[in-house]
Amino acid sequence: MVAIKEQFEVPAKMKTWALALTGIGLLTIIIGFVTHTMGASANQHTKDIFWATMLYNSIFFMLICNASMFFICATTLAMGGWQMTFRRVPEAISTLVPIFGIIAFAIMMFIVFGMGPSTNIYPWLNKEALEKAGNEEVLKKLGFLNPVFYLVWTILAIGLWSLLGARMRMLSREADDAALQNQETGKSFVWRNTVTASLFIVWFALTVGSTVPWLWMMSIDANWYSTMYSWYTFASSFVSGMSLIALWVIYLKNKGYLEYTNQEHLHDLGKFMFAFSIFWTYLWFSQYMLIWYGNISEETVYFKNRVQGVYKGIFFLNIIINFICPILILMKRSAKRNYTLVTFMAVLILFGHWVDFYQMIMGSVRKESSTLGWLDFGTAAFFVGMIIYFVSKSLASKPLLAKYHPFFKESIIHHT
Amino acid sequence: MSKKKFVVGAFDDEAVLFPAVKKVRMSGYKIHDVYTPFAVHGLDHALGLRETSLHTAGFIYAITGTCTALGGISYVFTYDWPVNIGGKPHFALPAWIPIIFELTVLFSAVGMVLTFCYLCQLAPFVKKHHFHPRATDDLFVMVIECTAKTNVDDLQAFLTRNGAVEVSVQEAETEWWVGTYDKEQRLIKDTDFGVA
Repeated sequence: MVAIKEQFEVPAKMKTWALALTGIGLLTIIIGFVTHTMGASANQHTKDIFWATMLYNSIFFMLICNASMFFICATTLAMGGWQMTFRRVPEAISTLVPIFGIIAFAIMMFIVFGMGPSTNIYPWLNKEALEKAGNEEVLKKLGFLNPVFYLVWTILAIGLWSLLGARMRMLSREADDAALQNQETGKSFVWRNTVTASLFIVWFALTVGSTVPWLWMMSIDANWYSTMYSWYTFASSFVSGMSLIALWVIYLKNKGYLEYTNQEHLHDLGKFMFAFSIFWTYLWFSQYMLIWYGNISEETVYFKNRVQGVYKGIFFLNIIINFICPILILMKRSAKRNYTLVTFMAVLILFGHWVDFYQMIMGSVRKESSTLGWLDFGTAAFFVGMIIYFVSKSLASKPLLAKYHPFFKESIIHHT
Repeated sequence: MSKKKFVVGAFDDEAVLFPAVKKVRMSGYKIHDVYTPFAVHGLDHALGLRETSLHTAGFIYAITGTCTALGGISYVFTYDWPVNIGGKPHFALPAWIPIIFELTVLFSAVGMVLTFCYLCQLAPFVKKHHFHPRATDDLFVMVIECTAKTNVDDLQAFLTRNGAVEVSVQEAETEWWVGTYDKEQRLIKDTDFGVA
């Protein structure tokens, strides 16, 4: 019998690629910073565009990494065992939450405190202008939309995701070295996992499931609101998160690791990608249809420039990539078990939801044009490079299999 | 009505059942069916059953539902009785999607349940032979069809050797029928529950 390859080694080529992508991204960001915020052609609007680009990229990539930890905690609470053979992959992806968290935090803090009332990204920062315009609706929201609450809640959100995530990963490490002694230790191990996972899920619901998208993204259109918005953001980030996990699993399989992970596990990952694409569409449609039907100008303002304005192309491209493609391509059982197709769809879904985040934020900040430009792709390259670099590093730092986990066998014999 | 002869072996453990199914099939016996108290993952593969077409049927029912809803609503609202609702166009597709969706789900659900009942030969007032009452409780019941060449005694011994806790020979009706069970066949015997 061939020995199981338990230890991932980062190929030199991969490291080069990751660093090159990060480098190119960083260079683009610096050039963007110079052209947008300094020099003769720079004005408040170009500054807003630059920082809003940073904002949506950092939030998107942080949330898709955090979705990995949500996946781990949700399956832990459901006493799921099937994910155990590749659980180290989402664990490794979730190690990026503190790193991207710090980047996103710095960007958001700069927008709120560094740019202050002069920025148009968050209109609620400029109280004087609101009073002058008699904007009662936003003035009444200022108890929630104010810099202090923004600061405290952002620190709490990112901090607790990181802390509870680190604790979940620490617990998982316990199952590496030695078998659990008896049923009692096994039960206590599962129980401690359950407690931490529950805390994470509750905090996740209070942040990603509700308040954080309101604060970070929906408050850009401070007058407008939608009760679907947070779930929409969650669905978007979760389906991209599952695609990211699938991509890493397939990459490792391709390199000859994860011998116990097979088509059955891929099938379930594909089901998640399929199901949550439909779920995202459900939320998209619910948000759209009620506003379309009600036809109240304070609500339709959000869709005005997206459906009828310059964002029309992006808006419908979004539906095609994130709904039509997954439902048609991933519907068949054989498609979800096909490594090539799942890889293709994972890349497509990641791109689609990145575009979704783009239109959610830039559609409100830059209403006059909708070009996905070098700055957008460059910033994305920076984060993608970081993901490749840090996830591979984290994968290499511990065994790929939590082989003494009580549910490990369940995962090996898993079939759908 | 056609009666056939069956050898019935009852197993009390999945882990014993799977190798037994494999051996019985390898020895060339024809397994009529295996009755289990709950869905056993992988048993269909072990039995060599083909993939079910139930989902294809479901898809056809669903498309029928979609077309019925879309056709019905668009006939009523654009041709038969157009009403101005909030200034919306008569062909107001977004507003119809929830109803189209509901009818799609309804058609596929009801259609699949009825198809499933038909495939399993289940219906009100219709009877089917039960090989072992404890198949609904705690036993996995493997039913092997006998042919003219089958040596019943050998087969019974073979099943016992492979872990069957109870083996019996039954002459049974294979199809469903309308009516009553034979008076002799009492579905639940007191002894099944350890009561003398």
